[in-house]
Amino acid sequence: MRRKTTQVAALTLTAAMALSFVGCSGGSGSSSTAQNAAKESTSSASTEQAEGKVLNIWCWNDEFQGRFNTYYPEVASVSDDKTTTTLKNGITVKWTINPNEHNNYQNKLDQALMQQESTETDKKIDMFLMEADYALKYANSDFSLDVKKDVGLTDDDLSEQYQYTQDIVTSKDGAIKGVSWQATPGVFAYRRSYAKDILGTDDPEKVQEQLSDWDKFDAAAQKAKTKGYYMLSGFDDSYRTFSNNVSSPWVTGTTVTVDPMIMKWVEQTKTYTDKGYNHKATGLFDCQQWTADQGPDSKVFGFFYSTWGVNFTLEGNSLKTPVAEGGKEEAGNGAFGDWAICTGPANYYWGGTWLTACKGTDNMATIKDVMQKLTCDKDIMKKVTSDTLDYTNNKSAMTELANSDFKSDFLGGQNPLKSFTEAAPKINMSNNTAYDQGCNEAMQTQFADYFNGTIDLAKAKTNFEQSIKETYPEITEVKWPS
Amino acid sequence: MKEQTESVRRKKGHISYAKWGYIFILPFFITFLIFQFIPLCSTIYYSFFEYFRSGLTIIGPKFIGLANYAKIFQTDLPKYFGNTLLLWFVGFVPQIIISVLLAAWFTNLRLNLKCQGFFKTVIYMPNLIMAAAFAMLFFQLFFDNGPVNASLMSMGLIKQPVRFLETVGGTRSLIALMNFLMWFGNTTILLMAAIMGIDTSLYEAAEIDGATSNQMFWRITMPLIKPIMAFVVVTSLIGGLQMFDVPQILTNGQGTPDRTSTTMVMYINNHMYSKNYGVAGAVSTILFIVCAVLCVIVYFCINDEREPRNTREKKAKKEKRRA
Repeated sequence: MRRKTTQVAALTLTAAMALSFVGCSGGSGSSSTAQNAAKESTSSASTEQAEGKVLNIWCWNDEFQGRFNTYYPEVASVSDDKTTTTLKNGITVKWTINPNEHNNYQNKLDQALMQQESTETDKKIDMFLMEADYALKYANSDFSLDVKKDVGLTDDDLSEQYQYTQDIVTSKDGAIKGVSWQATPGVFAYRRSYAKDILGTDDPEKVQEQLSDWDKFDAAAQKAKTKGYYMLSGFDDSYRTFSNNVSSPWVTGTTVTVDPMIMKWVEQTKTYTDKGYNHKATGLFDCQQWTADQGPDSKVFGFFYSTWGVNFTLEGNSLKTPVAEGGKEEAGNGAFGDWAICTGPANYYWGGTWLTACKGTDNMATIKDVMQKLTCDKDIMKKVTSDTLDYTNNKSAMTELANSDFKSDFLGGQNPLKSFTEAAPKINMSNNTAYDQGCNEAMQTQFADYFNGTIDLAKAKTNFEQSIKETYPEITEVKWPS
Repeated sequence: MKEQTESVRRKKGHISYAKWGYIFILPFFITFLIFQFIPLCSTIYYSFFEYFRSGLTIIGPKFIGLANYAKIFQTDLPKYFGNTLLLWFVGFVPQIIISVLLAAWFTNLRLNLKCQGFFKTVIYMPNLIMAAAFAMLFFQLFFDNGPVNASLMSMGLIKQPVRFLETVGGTRSLIALMNFLMWFGNTTILLMAAIMGIDTSLYEAAEIDGATSNQMFWRITMPLIKPIMAFVVVTSLIGGLQMFDVPQILTNGQGTPDRTSTTMVMYINNHMYSKNYGVAGAVSTILFIVCAVLCVIVYFCINDEREPRNTREKKAKKEKRRA
């Protein structure tokens, strides 16, 4: 523990030192940019002059940071500890990363937003990132800026983006408050070798035929069980496939309405748990067993995952020797290459990250450019997808790649974009609310006891009501489907 | 001699040494005032208000009287209070027994144990580890595919992994075990200090009178370490009622299964998701009152002999007079 503290202290000190250096170089840099400004004055100097020297970006992991550093054309250099990125126009991008666990990111962000007005300009948040489950909380507030009116993106810029990625961040007044570089249609990712054993084929199209609705899926689970496999890893695996297909929003006024689809998830998961179709992993990303189940030695057939889940999470988890320990992302290292994807029994989406300009920013021109380049630029979007398999938010670029000979080694040579492009336009996100995160979390955690057999269904329902009223004090009533 | 004291007294008249005493304790009182007393008052104050955040909008503060208190008593508060006391009690009983025993052995002149320094360091060690890290360690050890299950299975004792953290008994025992491991060393060292403060001539006299070591322990050691014992029980009880980090980390903040390992402070923490200062303040205020009351009760229970002894003496005196 002590070693860790020392490391953290050392890191902080280095960061502080690095920052002070940046401060110095920023000073000298500004004089050189002043000289350059004379040359460039015809092009863009007028907007740049008004800009602050620091662009503060808040996020919860390094996913966007990685995209930014690799694909944003204006990046000049990245500091060794990755806490800052310097742009060609001399602006320093300062990354503030607060992990998501236990609502930590939102707590810190809210705190900072509340103080946004009184903070000095170079410390103000210029841009922050948000996820679908709570996007409306920020979209409906004054802290997020309209990407058209305030930031200045045009309808033309946004025309190639999937509609649902804009619906999720559309405020009560109809303003689009954020943009995303990714669309996140969900699929079912399965182990090829197990598919041969269970279903007699590993061909994505033929597997899809055998998993195309829930009855078939249940039958496959039965077969998997008899062959000694688990169909799914844990309780929450199939949650999104149901929760995305609800007929009503979670909250209207002060009433929580539990949709019949959600209760179908409860029913299915209870059956799967009792019959041994799943491996009883409780929770997802913070559950070790769930992570281990994606590894090479697991007996779990497949996972419901969306685009980023396949390339960002599953690929890392499936390796025997992690990349950090010198492992290579190639066939032979763990289960690399033994995976494939199909659409699965239901259309759904999961996750995604939106960029939002924050009220009080003094770097509007740069933010506009970042949004244009990293979410609207067809060539960059295409490159991101072909390099990383991240499914980007550009319809024509994705269709082109889906029809090309693009293939993924991780997925055993499959072109995953076909499944994704089929699923993406079918996503309907008109039922999302600002309460989704709390409701989804409460549902998953409170019903775990029921799946484990510790409590009965009625008690699980009471516990959910209790929990949701703790999370959102304004909730007065919970309605269950009859 | 007399002159000397007079000169000191005279000096005192000129320079007030008491002033320095106050100056030295001033920092504590200032810190206490700012970081303890004012927050305490504002917690109690806000417990009468509706005051939380909905998204980024702040609702309130609006005075609503005792509604927050009514609300938490109607819901599960008594249950969480029971959880907390139970978790503390199950951990504390073995802790105090083992600690008294170890303290008695370490200080026993006849046993004269070797390598005492080593043992004392080892038993104190768990207390040096941060509670959160300790809970994380236990989580790693006892989770479904963890090393404990793996070794039990390889020894052939069980066929299926035991899901410790999915059963009420398993989770509660683990929490109690952790609290026991973390605190028994500390208690042992406190009790040893108490026992070593006892005049050895008492034991020598008892030995000459033919007392057994059992008798000496119950008749001399136990009565004389009572004040320290009271201190140990009171501090442990306060700590126990405020139990948070161990169950929080072990159950990943959920107090699972079925909220049976949710403690009072975890309940307060649940309300902080929406920055609900009203309800959280009400729970805190109740916790504060309960702590205070329990401590007073425990203190008087253990120190009750003072009064009976006085009355006994008075009675004896009265009887003498009568005689």
